[in-house]
Amino acid sequence: MFHFWAMTTSQSRTLSSPVRVSFDYTRSTGPVLGRYLEGLREGIVLAGRTSDGRVITPPLEFDPGTHAATTDLVRVAESGTVTSWTWCPEPVEGQPLDRPFAWALVTLDGATAPMLHALDVASPSEVHTGQRVRIRWAAERQGLVTDVACFEPVDALADGTWPQPADAVPARDAVAADGPGEPTPVAITPVALDYTYAASPEESSFFRGLAEGRIVGQRCPACNKVYVPPRGACPVDGVPTHDEVELAQTGIVTTFCVVNVPFLGQQIKPPYVSAYILLDGADIALQHLILDIPADEIRMGMRVEAVWKPREEWGTTIENISHFRPTGEPDADYDTYKHHL
Amino acid sequence: MGKQAAAVIGVGQTHHRAKRDDVSIAGLCREAIDRALADAGVTFDDIDAIVVGKAPDLFEGVMMPELYLAEALGAVGKPLIRVHTAGSVGGSTAIVAASLVQSGVHKRVLTVAFEKQSESNAMWALSVPVPFVMPVHAGAGGYFAPHVRSYIRRAGAPNHIGAIVAAKDRQNALRNPYAHLHNADTTVESVLASQMLWDPIRYDETCPSSDGACAMVIADADTAASVDSPAWIHGTVMRSEPTTASERDQVNPRAGREAAAYLWKQAGITNPLEEIDAAEIYVPFSWFEPMWMENLGFAAEGEGWKLTESGATAIDGKLPVNSSGGVLSSNPIGASGMLRFAEAALQVRGRAGDHQVDGVRRALGHAYGGGSQFFAMWVVGAERPA
Amino acid sequence: MRDVAVVGYAQRQTAQFDGSPTMVEVLVPIFQELYASTGFAKSDIGFWCSGSSDYLAGRSFSFVQSVDAIGALPPVNESHVEMDAAWALYEAWLKIQTGEVDTALVYGFGKASAGTLRRTMSLQLDPLTMTPLWPDTVSIAGLQARLGIDAGLWTERDMAEVAQRSLTDAESNEHAVRKGGSSVEELLARPLYADPLRKHDCSPVTDGAAAIVLAAGDVARRATERPAWITGLTHRIDPLHLGARDLTEAPSVRAAAAGVDLAGVQVAELHAPFSHQELILRRELGLADDVRINPSGGALVSNPLFTGGLNRIGEAARRIWDGSADRALGHATSGPALQQNLLCVMDGSN
Repeated sequence: MFHFWAMTTSQSRTLSSPVRVSFDYTRSTGPVLGRYLEGLREGIVLAGRTSDGRVITPPLEFDPGTHAATTDLVRVAESGTVTSWTWCPEPVEGQPLDRPFAWALVTLDGATAPMLHALDVASPSEVHTGQRVRIRWAAERQGLVTDVACFEPVDALADGTWPQPADAVPARDAVAADGPGEPTPVAITPVALDYTYAASPEESSFFRGLAEGRIVGQRCPACNKVYVPPRGACPVDGVPTHDEVELAQTGIVTTFCVVNVPFLGQQIKPPYVSAYILLDGADIALQHLILDIPADEIRMGMRVEAVWKPREEWGTTIENISHFRPTGEPDADYDTYKHHL
Repeated sequence: MGKQAAAVIGVGQTHHRAKRDDVSIAGLCREAIDRALADAGVTFDDIDAIVVGKAPDLFEGVMMPELYLAEALGAVGKPLIRVHTAGSVGGSTAIVAASLVQSGVHKRVLTVAFEKQSESNAMWALSVPVPFVMPVHAGAGGYFAPHVRSYIRRAGAPNHIGAIVAAKDRQNALRNPYAHLHNADTTVESVLASQMLWDPIRYDETCPSSDGACAMVIADADTAASVDSPAWIHGTVMRSEPTTASERDQVNPRAGREAAAYLWKQAGITNPLEEIDAAEIYVPFSWFEPMWMENLGFAAEGEGWKLTESGATAIDGKLPVNSSGGVLSSNPIGASGMLRFAEAALQVRGRAGDHQVDGVRRALGHAYGGGSQFFAMWVVGAERPA
Repeated sequence: MRDVAVVGYAQRQTAQFDGSPTMVEVLVPIFQELYASTGFAKSDIGFWCSGSSDYLAGRSFSFVQSVDAIGALPPVNESHVEMDAAWALYEAWLKIQTGEVDTALVYGFGKASAGTLRRTMSLQLDPLTMTPLWPDTVSIAGLQARLGIDAGLWTERDMAEVAQRSLTDAESNEHAVRKGGSSVEELLARPLYADPLRKHDCSPVTDGAAAIVLAAGDVARRATERPAWITGLTHRIDPLHLGARDLTEAPSVRAAAAGVDLAGVQVAELHAPFSHQELILRRELGLADDVRINPSGGALVSNPLFTGGLNRIGEAARRIWDGSADRALGHATSGPALQQNLLCVMDGSN
């Protein structure tokens, strides 16, 4: 679900990398919007009638006056009138149309309030407030708001007849008082966003050091503790770490866990040992993998050393270090690292 | 002008489940809110302001969902605040809501916290890898397991303590109709036999992933004095520290210790083990019960597990901890902290039903979040504080 | 109520920040600047409260690492809202009102350029009925602008006048991302973008961080010569459903205004990310014609999300500090189409 590639641009102050955050959300729709979305699947548009007589689509889940769950759902037409519009010259991913189009607020016949959707016209000159439009349904409907593909101008049709607002449609029962009620439809709505992640200047120097096979920490000018990775702010003193300290590639395991559980988006195949490793010369532990030893033989206090990937696989990432492995030296005494737990 | 007295006059929560597919997010919140309003004997018209809390927006895939929920939450035309302080958020949200009343600005405040975890996957949302960094992260369990190991080593605790907590809380949950897990046959032995997920944490020692919400009505002294058995707020505290720092104590964090000390002082408590009658403590992984016993000052450092082992934290013990079943039995993350605060209020009001502890006069609600770095706590009491 | 004042304000804004989304690197010098200007040390701050967004940063718990900028050991009394930091200021003000603390440092940060803002902000809409269409902020503002034009409430020329004044004022604001006025005619001659909006009607994508220091009573007087005393602070929210409310109005602004005293306001910093939204705000607030609007250039010239509102309060406070106003208004907005609004009235004397 995540993709990123390290980009090494030596001239920039900081390192950056694209990250895609993506998940297909499974949404419980509830009795009101569940019925509304089912209606779209059936090719009808439902609106909610409020206690003060307004007819609103998509329906409000709860009445603005009484705060009670909306129960009065009525069918409205699939044709209506543009009450406002704007031009969308540069559509972004996910919008209803991939070419320039108009967004429109459209009051459907039988409704008293407008709904928002795209209007498929080629230029701003083809849309105006007061324009008559109708729904263009998606080829395949699945109980989502995108079952309405978009609006199109009414003169695209000949006879001018539209479904009339009519039949009241019962909402599902509200939640029972003594426990969960009946399931409502699930709507799957993907959310995928692209970001550029940047490391701080201090972190960037650390990752660049790794590209040279070095583990570089920095010292806090106030407390003199050596942080690895270096920090934009020493978490105790609130000032950036500064003077570089090249650290040994050996250290001790302060504590660890064995990850046996697989999960969505996991990068390393379980089981694996995730450990805090206090490098010799550092004042804070670093998280990494321990391999080359059965998991049940790993101990707190164990001496370990970095195992690097082949140089040709290196980038500006801590993944240049494949893992840590035991050095075979005697374990560190608990008292020497207990204040790092 | 000093702090104004405030009290919880209404509590509501949902039936927490793995997936509440009968309701939308709005419906989930309203189930808790409507129960809280009914419990308080007030309506939306009586509410001056709304304070909403939940954990990361990535869980539901909605940025600041309180905006689209404003109408459903009855917030239109009123002040609305959205709090987010990681796992402690449910507690922090209650504290912010209390401050609206304690400041004298408002008289009746509705607060609600929720999470609809079934809309996505918490392990995913919490483990979005950071570029360049080793992708060893494995959700909250993977984060906390090494620190649990550190605790066991430091305290010299026997291996079965975590299982005692898990079995106790799952049995307590059988008394709580709202709890997510109702596993009647959970025993110390069955917990110890369950799969090791994040060694040293076993499957049965972890919290579930729940859909759920919790709501409270917090009112000023005049309003509270006119209702039956309000839970008076005797003290509130929030403390934070960095996730990682050189030599930071991750087992017994300083922020938690200092928060507790400040809280006891506010509430006029000198010996919490003797003076607190029931505690609802944020225990998402069983071992955190003995860890927090020490952090909160109920036990000396290294002695928390002995309280657990002795049965002191059982529902009939000296200090019943999580008689509701706790986070180990219901975990709608954003609401979990508020549930602790609300359950503490229910205890002092004598309204906890089958999991009511006898004669509770003062109770603790506790929440923590991030890397054991954000703490929120309150003490509520049956009597109006002096 | 206790007398509480804005006694410190610092900010950084840029079109594109090249550092981490936690913005620790920016917050550190901001805090140092505030310590220097107020004379407070870290240990003098009683409460810390921040505003930011996980979705802006692209990851959960994005605010957590920002706590490092404080240097939070010993531990601090701290909270966070997933809102513009103007609401963090509200929470901090409440905390001072309870009597628990006398000072607070409020901060906000947001690296909007990390993602594609027109897509990110679609996640603020109803997840079932709106977000799947990915309506973007600019388009929603365009719909709102046309409604007012069609109703005869404002014209494209009115909007251009707002932009012209903002761009001109921005020339003296070192932090402005966009600046340089020309003339209303020249602006109107520029091409339409999201008809009826031109690009200068829309705030630029901005990265930024800002912080404000609050203090009570004598503590405030020690921090600065002329504290900006908060004499009114309130906020309200409207429904989101774009069809269920009249988008040419902002009832939440009107309701908030009823809770503060706006008489005698000389300077108003209005958080209007689109030019026509300033016109809505002015109407709802009933500000007199001689009230100086947005001397900083306002949000049209730089609008760092999650601090843009706090910046308005900070800019208004500066007018009190420098004596150019005795009463000033800072306004913050949040949500699509001016959904949620906060008003902070400040006075030179209490």
